[in-house]
Amino acid sequence: MIEATNVVKAFNNRLVLNRLSLKIEKGETLVIIGRSGCGKSVFLKHLIGLVKPDQGEIIIDGINVAALTFKQMSNLRMRFGMLFQAAALFDSMTVGENVGFNLIEHTNLSSQAIRQRVEESLELVGLRGIQDLKPAELSGGMKKRVALARAICMKPEILLYDEPTTGLDPIMADAINDLIVQLHDKLKVTSVVVTHDMVSAYKIGTRIAMMYQGHIVEIGTPEQIKNTSNPVVRQFITGSAVGPITDINFKSLEQVEGDRK
Amino acid sequence: MKKLIEGFGRSAIGTVRYAGGVSVLFFETLFWVAMPPFRPGQIYDQMVKIGVDSLPIATLTAFFIGVVIALQSAYQMIKVSAEMYIPSLVSISMTREIAPILTALVVAGRVGASIAAELGSMKVTEQIDALETLATPPIKYLVAPRFLALFTMLPLLTVYADLIGIIGGYTVSVYKLGLTHSMYIKMTFQPLVLKDIFTGLFKSLIFAVIICIVSCYEGMKVEGGAEGVGLATTRAVVISSMLIITSDALCTVIFYFVG
Ligand SMILES: Nc1ncnc2c1ncn2[C@@H]1O[C@H](COP(=O)(O)OP(=O)(O)O)[C@@H](O)[C@H]1O
Ligand SMILES: [Mg+2]
Repeated sequence: MIEATNVVKAFNNRLVLNRLSLKIEKGETLVIIGRSGCGKSVFLKHLIGLVKPDQGEIIIDGINVAALTFKQMSNLRMRFGMLFQAAALFDSMTVGENVGFNLIEHTNLSSQAIRQRVEESLELVGLRGIQDLKPAELSGGMKKRVALARAICMKPEILLYDEPTTGLDPIMADAINDLIVQLHDKLKVTSVVVTHDMVSAYKIGTRIAMMYQGHIVEIGTPEQIKNTSNPVVRQFITGSAVGPITDINFKSLEQVEGDRK
Repeated sequence: MKKLIEGFGRSAIGTVRYAGGVSVLFFETLFWVAMPPFRPGQIYDQMVKIGVDSLPIATLTAFFIGVVIALQSAYQMIKVSAEMYIPSLVSISMTREIAPILTALVVAGRVGASIAAELGSMKVTEQIDALETLATPPIKYLVAPRFLALFTMLPLLTVYADLIGIIGGYTVSVYKLGLTHSMYIKMTFQPLVLKDIFTGLFKSLIFAVIICIVSCYEGMKVEGGAEGVGLATTRAVVISSMLIITSDALCTVIFYFVG
């Protein structure tokens, strides 16, 4: 179980996470929705220890992520797979070396066996026979899928997806949604998915959480979210340009912060 | 006036913080260099990139500097009929001073810039974050091999530049100033003691550390996309060149009084 309590994070005096609290149950697929720039990626990076909270804590199965030694942190990270928003493939390496990075670095498998495992991972995301290409030779959507293959190659317990379907065509996006659902059903992985693709959110989420002004304003099953009465969430899920989020009279995060001080 | 003091204070704090960041990176690098697993393949790649690929430009600069030293000194020496000391002048100034600093500056421009640009673009495309999530410390994976490669290749390049500089001086002295071959060789190596060469090598080790740590530091702290990468590249070259020249002066003063 992953538990974030009162996480506060500011960059250059600009508050991004404001007392964010969130519980993620083992084996669930929690979808976090919210506008661009509201701090979803920053929150995901907190979960895997890439960013340390200014205040508050992240507890994963009873372990405080911010207080780990280097060795413990490595062990914890081996249980994670993370798909970055912009893929973050190593462009000096081939696709095969990217996907098999962990196998090459942290196991003693033969290169034959690694190639095999890499090919399996690539097939899961609908790619084959591209192990010897360089990331620069791939399209944006392919890069994302290769990055997903890299994230699932070590069969992690917890998967963090940062906008897995952004930039994919609708058919490919649906295939990725199916894959996420499959990983959840078959391998019982715990997934945290950041997205603003509502089709995807309804399809894969066991629960959906809406992030706004640095914290979670509403959390519930897809049904509950669909029928929410919260005007902020309503505006977001219906994709309307008119509503409290865009109302200039509505308090911005900076103002909220000012009031708090 | 208040503004001036404030500005001064702020840049002093900035400098101290920078020095702190660089020192931390240096000690972390030493730690990771000593930790297994060692990556001979990666170190070899970097050695080729840093050392072998710098040969052409090192050859060019060292040769012409050798030529220039010989010609410039001939200008004066001929007046007092002391041409025979030109070879000694070339060999001593090359080994003690010119080859180490010139090679370091050339490498700072060529290699420092490329390290900062490469690590910088890895930082902005989140590849460095990705390395961490794959339980691989970026310092071990990216900085340590570059450190080892620079630490071995820069002294080797320096010795090579010593030699090429001497050949440059030879070309002028024998073909233009009329010194004999045997005379040149004799006067090159007679006054040269091992200490001169070691002094140069010692400095080049310090320069290697400066180039690697400053460039990696600049690269890994890039923020703000392509523009940030450009800035970091410039800063890496400027700051390492400045540090190379300052530390060279410091070394020369110390060696002068100690040795
Ligand atoms: N390392 C960083 N340094 C400074 N600001 C950052 C950093 N990372 C994120 N931010 C800022 O935090 C805010 C939230 O970013 P992000 O989490 O990427 O948004 P999104 O919800 O679109 O994923 C943005 O305004 C971004 O500029
Ligand atoms: Mg994001």
